[in-house]
Amino acid sequence: MAQTAYARQQRVGMTGNEAVAYAVKQADVDVIAAYPITPQTIIVERLAEYVNNGELNAVYIPAESEHSALSACVGAALAGARVFTATASQGLALMWEILWIASALRTTIVMALANRALSAPINIHCSHDDAYACRDTGWIQFFAENVQEAYDLTLMAFRVSEDKRVLFPSIVNLDGFILSHGLEALYVLSDDAVKGFIPPKEPVYPIDPERPMTYGPLALFDYYMEFKKVQAEAFKRVYPVILETFGKYEEISGRRYSPVKTYLMEDAEVAVVVLGSSAGTARYVARRLRAKGQRVGVVSLTLYRPFPAGDLAKALRGLKAVVVMDRSYSFGSPGAQLFMDVATALYHERERPLLINAIYGLGGRDLMPQHVEEAFEVAREAARTGEVKEREIWLGVR
Amino acid sequence: MATPIKTLKEIPREELFTPGHRLCAGCGIPQLVRMVLKAIPGPKVIVNATGCLEVATTIYPYTSWKVPWVHNAFENVAATAAGIEAAFKALEKKRGVKRPKIIALAGDGGTFDIGLQALSGALERGHDMIFICYDNEAYMNTGIQRSGATPRGAATTTTPAGSVVPGKIERKKDLMGIAISHGVRYAATMNPAYPVDMYNKIVKAASVEGPTVLHYFCPCPTGWRFDTAKSIEVSRLAVQTRYWPLYEYEDGTYRINVVVRNPRPLEDFLKLQGRFAHLLRPENKHILEQLKRDVEENWNRLMKLAGLS
Repeated sequence: MAQTAYARQQRVGMTGNEAVAYAVKQADVDVIAAYPITPQTIIVERLAEYVNNGELNAVYIPAESEHSALSACVGAALAGARVFTATASQGLALMWEILWIASALRTTIVMALANRALSAPINIHCSHDDAYACRDTGWIQFFAENVQEAYDLTLMAFRVSEDKRVLFPSIVNLDGFILSHGLEALYVLSDDAVKGFIPPKEPVYPIDPERPMTYGPLALFDYYMEFKKVQAEAFKRVYPVILETFGKYEEISGRRYSPVKTYLMEDAEVAVVVLGSSAGTARYVARRLRAKGQRVGVVSLTLYRPFPAGDLAKALRGLKAVVVMDRSYSFGSPGAQLFMDVATALYHERERPLLINAIYGLGGRDLMPQHVEEAFEVAREAARTGEVKEREIWLGVR
Repeated sequence: MATPIKTLKEIPREELFTPGHRLCAGCGIPQLVRMVLKAIPGPKVIVNATGCLEVATTIYPYTSWKVPWVHNAFENVAATAAGIEAAFKALEKKRGVKRPKIIALAGDGGTFDIGLQALSGALERGHDMIFICYDNEAYMNTGIQRSGATPRGAATTTTPAGSVVPGKIERKKDLMGIAISHGVRYAATMNPAYPVDMYNKIVKAASVEGPTVLHYFCPCPTGWRFDTAKSIEVSRLAVQTRYWPLYEYEDGTYRINVVVRNPRPLEDFLKLQGRFAHLLRPENKHILEQLKRDVEENWNRLMKLAGLS
C-alpha cells in the first residue's frame, strides 16, 4: 500500500517554511493573519504570493502585530473560516495572552511556530523557549524533525483541530533555520488527496446573525471553574483522535506517524529523549555507538501537547538511565521543561530509570555528534554506578 | 442611503438589547447600544472590547444580546473585528455566505490607549467595519483611572485632585484627528442628548464601505460623580459649552452639526460633576483656564475646518 501511495506523490525540494506554506495552500485556508518575524517570515511571504497570484482563494491580513494577527485569527475562526498564522519567539510571546482565549473559545486555528530563542540577548536562531512557553495554554503541539514532517504535520493539524471531537487550535513546531530554512527533498500529496483528507471546514456554532450567540462572556467564581473543567475533559479526548489521524494519514501517504518514536530501543539500557530536528543527530550517534556494542537508544516526540505520558513511560520501561535533552531552560525550576514532563510521566512507574537533564543548542548552537556522545556517556556512567552525579549538564557550552 | 430622520418617533421600536443588564443607572452606554442596533438594519455582528459594556451585559449564563456578540480581549477589538470581516469576505467568495455589518464597540481605554495600535492597523488596512468608542473619559470598569481620553483637570483615582497636582494635567487626545488621518471616509462625534443626530450618523457610517469611526460622549455618573438623573443634562451642557462639539467628517469635508453661537460658560458643565469640583476653587484657576483654552482652541479649529470662520 505504501508503494502505491508514494507513487501518486511528487518529490520536490523545499525548505521547511516553503513546505508549510505549500501544505497551507493545499489545505485551502480561508484567512491568514500574520506579522513578519524571522525565521518564520518566508511562510507568510509564500502564502501572500499564492493569494496575490490567485493560486489560493483566501483573505490575507497583514496585521500590524502578532497580537493583532492572532486576535484576527480568533475572530475569523469564530466566523467559521479555516485559519492559519505563523510566528516565532518574541512574536509568540506577544500573542501569548490570546493563545489562552483561542483555545478556550475552541477555535481551530493552525499555527506554524519556527522555534527561536527568546530575548535577551536577542537571537534569531533555534531554542524551544517559545513552544514551551505556551505548553499550558490549551493548544495541541506537534514537533517536526525534518521538512517532510513539517509538511505532513501541518496537513494533519488542520484535520485534528477541526475534528468535532477536538475543536482546539494546533501549533506545528519546526526548528528555526535548521528546518525553516533547511532545503530537503520531500514527498507532497496531490491537491485532490489533500482535499479528501481535509474536506471543507464544517464550523461548529459559527457566528451567524440568524442564530445569535454570545461568544466570550464573563464567568466569575460561579461558573469559571466549570468552563475550565469542561475544557480539560475535552482536551483529554484529543489524544485518540491524533492517533486515528496519524493512521488515516498513513493510508494516503504511506508515512507512519506516532506520538513517541523509538529508535534502537528494544534492548537499550540508556536513552536520550529529544524534540525536533536533533532526533536525527541523536539517532546517528546511537547507531555509531551500537556498532561499538553500547546498548543505547533514542526516543523522540512528535507530539508535545497533549503530552504522550503513557506511551513515553512505556517506551522508557526497563531502562537504567535516561538523558532528557532540553533546548531551553527554566530558571529556578527543578528541571527544564521537557525534563519535568518526562519525570512526571515516569513517577507512576514501578521502576524508574535515573534521569539527567541535558541543556543544549540554545540560540541555535549546533548540536554536534560529540555532544550526544557525551550525553550517552553520562547516562552510561549513571547506569553503571547506579547514581546521578550531576542532575543538570550543559552540552556544548564554553 | 436612507433619508435622515427628523424625529425620535421615526426610530424603529424593536429592541435587540434586552433589559436586565447591569450597567449603572444613568450610564450612557445602553442608549448608544440600542441606537446602534436600531439604526443598522439587517445582519450584524457586535465585537466588544473588555470594559463596562462587556462585563455588565454578558455575565454567564445571561446575555443582553439578541445579535451575535463576540468578546476576545481588551486591546484587540479592532483586530478581532478585522478577522471576522475577513472571514465573511472569504466565505462570501467561496461559499456565498451573506456578509453581516461588523460593529466594534470599545471604551476610551480600549480605543485611545491599549487599543490604539489595533485600531490604527485596522483603519489603515481598510476593513469594512464601524468602530464606535463610548468615551466616558477614564477607565471606569476598573474604578475610574485616567486614560488618554481624560480631559485636563479631571480628578480620577490615578490623577487625584491633590494639593500639589490638581487632577490630570495633560490634554485629551484627539481621537477624531487620529481616525481622520488614517484616511477613513466617515467619522463623527455623537452625544446622547442629541439622539436624532446620533441615529443619522450611525446610519451614515453603516452606509460607507470601509472603516468608519464614531466617537460617543458617554456620561458616567459613577466616575464623574453627578446625579444619575442628570445624564442627559450633563451631556447637553457638554455640547452647549462647546466642550463636546458635534461634528462629522465626510470624504474630506467637515461639518459642525450643532453650531453653538452663544456658548454657556464651561463652569455650567463642570459644576455638576464631582470630578471637576476642585477646578472651581481659586487655587486651581490656572488649570481651569487651560481647560477653557483647550475647549476654545478645539472649537476654533473645527470652525475653520468647517469653513465657518
